[in-house]
Amino acid sequence: MQKVNKLKPFFENLVFEREDNRMIINFGPQHPSSHGQLRLILELDGELVTKAIPDVGYLHRGMEKMAENMIYNEFMPTTDRMDYIASTSNNYGFALAVEKLIDLDVPRRAKVIRMMLLELSRITSHLFWLACHALDVGAMTIFLYAFREREYAMDLFEDYCGARLTHSAVRIGGVPLDLPKGWTNSLMKFINEMPAAIETYEGLLDKNRIWKMRLEDVGVITPEMAQSWGCSGLMLRGSGIAWDIRKEEPYELYDEVEFDVPVSDRCDAYGRYKLHMKEMRESLKILKQLIPMYAETTPELMANAPKYISAPKEQVMTQNYSLMQHFVLVTQGMRPPVGEVYVVTESPKGELGFYINSQGDPYPYRLKVRAPSFWHTSILQAVLPGQYLADVVTIIGNANIVFGEIDR
Amino acid sequence: MRAYQDKKNVQAKAYYNDRFYVAPQIPKDEVSTDEVFAKDVKDLESSFFVKEAYIQRGQLVVYISAKDNLAVMEFLRDKLNYNFLSELSAIDWLAKSGEFEIFYQMLSTSKKKRMRVKFFIKEKEEIKSVTSIYQSADWAEREMYDMFGVRITGHHYMKRILMPDDWHDHPLRKTYPLIGDEEAQWYEIDKIFGREYRDIIGPEERDGARIVEKDTHRFSRIKHEVPFGTEYSEKETEMDYQEEGGIPIVRKLSKKNEPKILKERP
Repeated sequence: MQKVNKLKPFFENLVFEREDNRMIINFGPQHPSSHGQLRLILELDGELVTKAIPDVGYLHRGMEKMAENMIYNEFMPTTDRMDYIASTSNNYGFALAVEKLIDLDVPRRAKVIRMMLLELSRITSHLFWLACHALDVGAMTIFLYAFREREYAMDLFEDYCGARLTHSAVRIGGVPLDLPKGWTNSLMKFINEMPAAIETYEGLLDKNRIWKMRLEDVGVITPEMAQSWGCSGLMLRGSGIAWDIRKEEPYELYDEVEFDVPVSDRCDAYGRYKLHMKEMRESLKILKQLIPMYAETTPELMANAPKYISAPKEQVMTQNYSLMQHFVLVTQGMRPPVGEVYVVTESPKGELGFYINSQGDPYPYRLKVRAPSFWHTSILQAVLPGQYLADVVTIIGNANIVFGEIDR
Repeated sequence: MRAYQDKKNVQAKAYYNDRFYVAPQIPKDEVSTDEVFAKDVKDLESSFFVKEAYIQRGQLVVYISAKDNLAVMEFLRDKLNYNFLSELSAIDWLAKSGEFEIFYQMLSTSKKKRMRVKFFIKEKEEIKSVTSIYQSADWAEREMYDMFGVRITGHHYMKRILMPDDWHDHPLRKTYPLIGDEEAQWYEIDKIFGREYRDIIGPEERDGARIVEKDTHRFSRIKHEVPFGTEYSEKETEMDYQEEGGIPIVRKLSKKNEPKILKERP
């Protein structure tokens, strides 16, 4: 038996010495391929996983509790720290939920800029996923290539809002800044360079014998499983269910742009890899259509709703009433109507939902974040049994999970 | 003396309230305004008790009775094609009515509709697990138990998920303060060293920006340097190794290596 003392707690009554060939190992929480603090308790029969218990919570910061103690605008930078690979998608999800709550329409230019940021963050997220996933599986080169292009996309973010990782570039009611001069040209350059880069990745990986051996028929999620376990985003489309929130329940201007929703019937890790590649191309397609749309818009960036949103800076500085409004909104916060909303957006990881219950106070009464990674981690306990230990790394990496989002 | 505050809800509250302000309501539309929802509610009503049903911001909200939850979920999945349980959690109304409000957020990909099933339970009341219908409820129910202490029966592995197993109280209850309770404050010390070490180690400094002038554990005082952890001394430290006018720095940098700032990415 294991000796228990204060420094060596007895976890989950796991017996490490057994009479049969079964071995129980702790995968993580500090493991380079666990993508954060994931502790997997694996029961192995030889190299075959017979039981898997994912254990999360090492990064728990109580964001929902924090939200209940913050005014709506205060919570915005906190959402950055959920899915920190694509922070704009979280900012946007929250902003959209509050806008739905107070029934606000955002100016068209703000919508276009938001969509540009969303699609750019989708590309950075997918590139990061590709780089880390390939590194986990053993392809070192691709990591450097993918990070190079990701760096260019981050440069675009930096030019726009000054931040590279935690942008907070979306506000409730619009965006704070217009695009800087020449930004669309840099974006166009990025759009023109990306397809060749994606071809490079595919050239390195698509027919790569090792890559195929490690990904094909690994981590199979059947459509029934995907539905029952609440998968969303690419995990769902990788199982042959065509459901993209941008297409089915369009928000912003997604109903005005043309793009396809790639779906794969393979249900395995390789199919999901192909989907990531295709989705990056679709994002580029959307970005390309957005540039002329931007040129047609008028320069308003924030919605005009004095009850909820501060007036533009110029007005605050010159008009007494706007200054008063601004002061009240900053010190006390907006008071949305009583009611509840559940608003979903298609984040790079899947369905990102914000449930907000408002009781008419400046603080939300309850805010629940439906983080896609949380649900994609829970499915590990069903997918891992029957796989080999080496494939565990592939499956975790392929699920595209981020721990800021799971533990919140 | 500080004014007495109700401990049933210790969350942040607006410090200014207009007595005459009446918060507007988000409109609740009739179910009959949407064909699909009207049919769903009619089907539901034929087999179960439906307390209230309305549409809010395009989503159907249905209040059922707590004991029906498992049967309603099965009905929704098999008969009404709500194939996803996308979210599940609780709302704490203990201070107001001693109840929890549970909500299940459903999605039907074939109808392209979202609905919310809700019901109230008393604090100690148990509800049935819906993991047999939707496996996605597995972790969500664990989180609900972890955060609110809602008791669930029929779950195969009911234990805390985000907080440690031996955590005291449930953090998302309104009675739980944002900075944590006493147990939370001493959690690590109690667990690693033991309760008797609380006095020796002392309370955790939660204000990361606080600077204690005499603290030589974490800060070194310029010109008053002392060895780590020893008593702070008012006397200036002698620094005989330093030259007059400070340490000389290398000024001769070769022109060739000077950094260039480019206008744009090459």
